[in-house]
Amino acid sequence: MFRDLSFRYKIPLRGSVLVVFTALVVTASLMFRAYDDLKRDVLLNSESMGRVLAHTLTPAILHDEVWSAYEIINSPFQASPKANVNQAEEILVLDARQQVYVSTHPKQYPMLSDPARASPVQARLQQAIADYRGSEPKAVELPGSGKFYMVTPIISDGVAVGTLVMGYSRSMFMPRFYDIARRAVVMTLLALAVLLPMNWYWAWRMAQPLIQLAECMGKVGPALPDAQECKMYESRDEIGQVGVAFKRMLNELKDKENLEKQMFFSERLAAVGRLAAGIAHEINNPLGGMLNTISTYKKHANADPQTAKTISLLERGLLQIKDTIAALLVEAKFQSHPLTVQDIEDTRTLVLPDFHKKPAELSWENDILEILPLPSTLVRQILINLLFNAVQAVEPQGHVRCHIYRDSRNLTLAVENDGKHIEAEQLGYLFEPFATGREGGHGLGLWVTYQIVQQLKGEIVAQSQPGETRFTVTLPLEEHAA
Amino acid sequence: MSRRKFCAAMAAFCLTQVLPLPAMAQPGNRAPIRIGLTPVFLDDQTAFVNAWRTYLESRLKRPVVFVQRASYREIVDLMRNGKLDFAWLCGYPYVRNKQTMNLLAVPVYQGKPVYHSYLIVPASDRQTRSIADLRDKVFAFSDPDSNSGYLVPVYDLYRMQEKPSAFFSKTFFTWAHRKVVVAVADGLAQGGAVDGYVWDMLALQHPELTSQARIVEKSAEFGFPPFVAGKTVAPEDVSAMRKALLAMPQDEEGAKLLRQLQLDGFVTGDEHLFDSIARMMRAIMDK
Repeated sequence: MFRDLSFRYKIPLRGSVLVVFTALVVTASLMFRAYDDLKRDVLLNSESMGRVLAHTLTPAILHDEVWSAYEIINSPFQASPKANVNQAEEILVLDARQQVYVSTHPKQYPMLSDPARASPVQARLQQAIADYRGSEPKAVELPGSGKFYMVTPIISDGVAVGTLVMGYSRSMFMPRFYDIARRAVVMTLLALAVLLPMNWYWAWRMAQPLIQLAECMGKVGPALPDAQECKMYESRDEIGQVGVAFKRMLNELKDKENLEKQMFFSERLAAVGRLAAGIAHEINNPLGGMLNTISTYKKHANADPQTAKTISLLERGLLQIKDTIAALLVEAKFQSHPLTVQDIEDTRTLVLPDFHKKPAELSWENDILEILPLPSTLVRQILINLLFNAVQAVEPQGHVRCHIYRDSRNLTLAVENDGKHIEAEQLGYLFEPFATGREGGHGLGLWVTYQIVQQLKGEIVAQSQPGETRFTVTLPLEEHAA
Repeated sequence: MSRRKFCAAMAAFCLTQVLPLPAMAQPGNRAPIRIGLTPVFLDDQTAFVNAWRTYLESRLKRPVVFVQRASYREIVDLMRNGKLDFAWLCGYPYVRNKQTMNLLAVPVYQGKPVYHSYLIVPASDRQTRSIADLRDKVFAFSDPDSNSGYLVPVYDLYRMQEKPSAFFSKTFFTWAHRKVVVAVADGLAQGGAVDGYVWDMLALQHPELTSQARIVEKSAEFGFPPFVAGKTVAPEDVSAMRKALLAMPQDEEGAKLLRQLQLDGFVTGDEHLFDSIARMMRAIMDK
């Protein structure tokens, strides 16, 4: 349910709940405070009213002026019933024996009666008054009665001559409280009207990068999405970091995918190589026998011209087969001297006539200065193959660049040309035998080159795009130095 | 300023100060007539009192001052000390202080110069039939010097061989008849004695107040609270004042004022009107 909800809604919903909750708590506490203040106001007001009335009542009680006392306690009521919201509901004056001396509600509290008999609330109040010994006004709250009382002793010369009791109804200040509450609610709603849209906007901004990231991640399947497909939020915060990490992961996945492709490719070539080698061996043995037989026949038998011609044709055909097989069977086992600068320069000399014939230009950059621990024959063969391919690939007046250099680990031969580029789908089969893309040539040049590079534990990479085709051969130096 | 002009100005100044001006001869500047009023009747009716004062000034051609005090006793004291010329008093203080005051005029109410005392109880009290039923109740008197608001109920108790302090659980004075009605109507007192004339006035003007109380008993007739004159007051002032009062119904303004007081007018009156009050007073005092 909520757990499965998109962050698009989850974050703003949570924010909204927080905002509403905060608003409610703040409003409630303010209202609570207002209620408290109101109550304190009433208490303070009634306290001072109690002091004044008690003071005024003292002579009336001393002189037993009942009517005067009655007029005094009624005076707050006569002013204006609405002027003072903190108006007492009822006022009682008790004599020293705690009997009603006079009250604002004589019918309810007749003179000389015991107020405790009037109601259970009054009984509790009278008990509280009897227990009170102080001389200051005291607020008495009786839980459950909905009323509170201000009890003020009437003191003359240090002697209590009576008690003034002012009863207040709690509901008395409710209208004022409701007024405050209504304003508080309106303010809260206004604040919510501002805060909630802000909350939704911010939450949306916060959720947006997550949503983008999730969408990108969702695209990762059998095929990996391009960096362009994934619009990422860029920043250094956590989501930004996750985005960066995700991009890095995507790149690594791509590298892995490439590696897998390459391995698959190498294995296929290796399988093809084994097959070719197997077939070549199987053919080589009978072929050797046949050629031996023909040789023996030519040596010992005087054949008629017709037969000699046929034998010769057979021999030539078999020799051609032998050449082809020999080419398929790349043998690197024979010894050759380490690679010198001269070996490399000789290769150049060897291929230059072909360049002149095309004509094509050869840029030659040979950075090698010392003898390298690599078999010179094989390196030269690689270089010749690549240069021949290049010169054949370029258009007349074309340009071929050959760069030979080394670093601490590898010797690199890079040959590039500006001829017609190799299509992407063709690149995959480039190093297979007879995969030639052009007229002429037996289609074994790159195959042989590949085989040699493999035997030298090196690597060959072909890259091709319009205007530039590059073959890069990297051969490790340590292998042979060891 | 030239010397001549200065002397002329000085002479003019001296003349105006020394010689009485024609205005000075008018009655307005003679010593005012002082009339005492008590809250028993005309409490908080300032507008009416002002109108009446203006009326009397125009008739007497003299300034009139109404002196209002909170009780009969204060007015009687002022009368005795000669601080007041006239007063509208109750019959009881009049008969008590006959040696210091003369009867001036008696108001005529409903055709006769008499009134009654009413015994009232709260409207909720349906049982009480006489003052005898109010034993151990709270009772409101108007003024200890009032006939209708004090003497009459006390005399009733006297005839029952009772004293107010023992008979009632509590008594108190409101110092005004109107407030006795309020005390009884509010339930502060369970019984009260009130001037019948005041009650009737209240019943007309504030029926919502009198409707909360009930008349239990109406007393016998007594002389209406009279206007009295101090014994030291000049006879011509007395007769002028009496004449002004007796003439009130004859002019429109006076009649209007009397209508406001619900009175028909004034008569010279006979002091025997108050004999019944004097008898009650003597009975109480002898005891």
